[in-house]
Amino acid sequence: MLARVVEAARRAGATDCDAVFVEGEASSCSVRLREVENVVLSRERRLGLRCFVGRGSAAASTADLDGTAVERFAADVVAMAGVVAPDPTGGLPDVSLLARDVPDLAIHDPAGLDTSPEERLERARTCEAAALDSDPRIVNSEGAEFSARSSSVAYASSRGFAAEYRGTGYTLWAAPVAGSGGAMQSGSWYDTRRSLARLEDAESIGRTAAARALRRLGARPVPTQEVPIVFDPQAAASLAGHVASAICGGALYRRTSFLLDRLGEAIASPLVTLVDDGRLCGGLASRPFDGEGVATRRTTVVEAGVLRSYLLDTYAAARLGLATTGNAARSVGDVPGASPTNFHLLAGTTPAADIVRSVERGLYVTSLSGFGVNPVTGDYSRGAAGLWIERGEFVHPVEEVTIAGNLLDMLRGIEMVGDDLEPRSSIAAPTLKISRMTIAGR
Amino acid sequence: MNTSLDPPEPRTTPAVPERFFFDRFGLDPGTLESTLGTALARRADFADIFFEFRSSDSVSLDEGLVKKANHSIVQGAGVRVLAGEKTGYAYSDEVSVERLRVAARHACAIAAADGIERGIDLRAPGRPGHDLYPVPSGEIRRPLPERVELLQRIDREARGFDPRIRNVMASVGTEERLVLVANSAGELVADVQPLLRVNVTCIAEDGTRRQQGSAGGGGRHAFSWLVGDTERALGFAREAARQAIVNLDAVDAPAGQMTVVLGAGWPGILLHEAVGHGLEGDFNRKGTSAFAKLLGERVASELCTVIDDGTIASRRGSLNVDDEGTPTRRNVLIEKGRLVGYLQDRLNARLTGVAPTGNGRRESFMNYPLPRMTNTFMLAGEDAPEDVIRSVDRGLYAVAFGGGQVDITNGKFVFSASEAYLIEGGRIGRPVKGATLIGNGPDVLTRISRVASDLKLDDGIGTCGKDGQSVPVGVGLPTLRIDGITVGGTRA
Repeated sequence: MLARVVEAARRAGATDCDAVFVEGEASSCSVRLREVENVVLSRERRLGLRCFVGRGSAAASTADLDGTAVERFAADVVAMAGVVAPDPTGGLPDVSLLARDVPDLAIHDPAGLDTSPEERLERARTCEAAALDSDPRIVNSEGAEFSARSSSVAYASSRGFAAEYRGTGYTLWAAPVAGSGGAMQSGSWYDTRRSLARLEDAESIGRTAAARALRRLGARPVPTQEVPIVFDPQAAASLAGHVASAICGGALYRRTSFLLDRLGEAIASPLVTLVDDGRLCGGLASRPFDGEGVATRRTTVVEAGVLRSYLLDTYAAARLGLATTGNAARSVGDVPGASPTNFHLLAGTTPAADIVRSVERGLYVTSLSGFGVNPVTGDYSRGAAGLWIERGEFVHPVEEVTIAGNLLDMLRGIEMVGDDLEPRSSIAAPTLKISRMTIAGR
Repeated sequence: MNTSLDPPEPRTTPAVPERFFFDRFGLDPGTLESTLGTALARRADFADIFFEFRSSDSVSLDEGLVKKANHSIVQGAGVRVLAGEKTGYAYSDEVSVERLRVAARHACAIAAADGIERGIDLRAPGRPGHDLYPVPSGEIRRPLPERVELLQRIDREARGFDPRIRNVMASVGTEERLVLVANSAGELVADVQPLLRVNVTCIAEDGTRRQQGSAGGGGRHAFSWLVGDTERALGFAREAARQAIVNLDAVDAPAGQMTVVLGAGWPGILLHEAVGHGLEGDFNRKGTSAFAKLLGERVASELCTVIDDGTIASRRGSLNVDDEGTPTRRNVLIEKGRLVGYLQDRLNARLTGVAPTGNGRRESFMNYPLPRMTNTFMLAGEDAPEDVIRSVDRGLYAVAFGGGQVDITNGKFVFSASEAYLIEGGRIGRPVKGATLIGNGPDVLTRISRVASDLKLDDGIGTCGKDGQSVPVGVGLPTLRIDGITVGGTRA
């Protein structure tokens, strides 16, 4: 298929081109209040093509894979590329950078795809039941869901490169609702893995979800003040995500990043080391090559607080006078753009419990909401919920407050880094303590 | 035979959209009837098949160069079976008689096995009752050179606004979506839905200070809506540049509870987050919404009447029919402060014994429908907008917002200002940096003490996300005053 479309594009006048073909199958089933609620089955196939005509380029995708349709599709993309103004920076990556091998990254484990529909439902049932049965104050549920998916990604370019990899993913989540005195709080917990055998036990996910809902009962705002803030690993991962967005190529050449022109500078506390690893064994975002066929790798982005590297694709690298880091992400019909893979803030040495104990008065943040982050200035203001800490102990749940600061000050103000890094999502971080932020509340 | 892809020049949509699907996939009403029969073979309440074909194009400019030109064709079909509270759904982007039958068999597995096969008689295709966006197909997307030229003019206009504008990012997107719904009640409904948008973001720099500003607009319009005498696209370019320049001088935002005046238009995102989601039928049937038992109760001040209306001509959130084939309508959610209605799709309407409200929407054939908003706004009051601002001694005046979010179950919502000013002694003062506002859905509208006469709908770039599904929506608001909401600045 890919050889055919690359050939068709060349015949239509493309000076260079590359194509991706993604196939996927997925199934999910959910239960709510112990009854089956939704069962979904899907099958997708999409072809993406990028063509260069001289220095002009265009990209397109289609689900219409009929023989003559593909020929015509290729001709259309070439015609579009001919109209776009030439960009002196455009082009495919240098052949020497392309992946020479497709190593086994432990991202494909089809064993779990063979489980029967009954077995899958049973996982969701067990998970929700564990949540419902864990406490009489669990009064309702948004359900529990198990899903399994498999996909294959093939890439080929007019430079003669062609390769392919497969991946699987399994996810289980539960979202029970706790109630007391007319007030309700939801809580959720999940796990997601490349291999079904490694997925967290269904009962344990259900119980954790229930505990997260229950501990929010009775939440209230606190007065407006400046205090230390502890981010639990879920909340901390979102901070790592803000850094990841700010060091990806596009944000730099477009001048939309608060980390612009700071390479070699201390942008965070010396306790902070951030690593992007496209070849992490079993990693949720692992892949042998990126969206342009370039070999993926491990890049230390921030080393002991100092910004060491950006994450780049071929285009951004050329614009910045640097080399690609193999971070080209590509949705099927789009041109590639740099994006993180497995992006982790590495674990420190302090147990999370000791971090909480170190706080005289402050907020332990377990969930954040809204979009109040300005990527250009780093100004940060988000809705927060969590637990109030007095003399090192949790005293009551908190809601309807915001926390605000500036990302650069926040990163430099990281005083403690927990030892509890758990890569439950591709962007992950351990418990973090920031010396001071403004809480707005009552 | 599939004639396949959109040629680079505008295609002509058939006058009869259901024929488009029949021709493209080699189907006829008989195949649909037998697929629905298969879907209902077990003990099911309802089944439907949803077909979609979407052709979208986008061109983007950045650093003065058109760097991206994209084209995408999405097509596929999904079969849904409902039995009690259960939903079975199977979809594929490969559409054939055989694939549909397989999907129907998978989808009906949720129903008990002891059903009786029923014959389905599809009625002659119905035309939607209203025609809210009669845009000829060739007028949605213009040839690529025209779209490229528009982006270059936007770039010049924004840079010409002020020499401190250092970069301009702009994109123009056009889309044509054809849908066809056939269901076990015998309905066969098709619609053609055009969608146009332009987005502009400017980066301003002055010494070491750097800021951004954004604007944009669109709707179910012909491409000419952006250009022509009104030159709307250039207006959005100036607006994005103006906001970036204003924000260069922004001081730290205040922190704590205070009186807030929201400007007209896009600040209507308040309604979307604070009450809209909480009034969606699924959460209320399940009892997981903070509004679940409040029908008939007072949830807002008497000044507030909140409407969700899918029938406003050419609006981004409007539809002739929802994605279950139900005609859209104007639904009153809150009337003079009292909660009077929820938003329903078929499933939740049936389970709670009410009529569907035309709010069953889905992002694509890859999703089953959910109750969703269309255009959500508050009716105008009587005050002059200047008087509303003048009535505040110290507070915040917020005129532009980024996104928002809500926790349905505890009712807490946030929305983030991207352009706001201090109010001091009844006058608009210095601009402040963006800040998140946080409140409680069931009581924030009770604190509204003044509503102005200047109701405005937003410019048409809103997208709402729920359960991973994004759909285009609209919001609207008159200038209004809230006596106490928490502003998340840094200045305690």
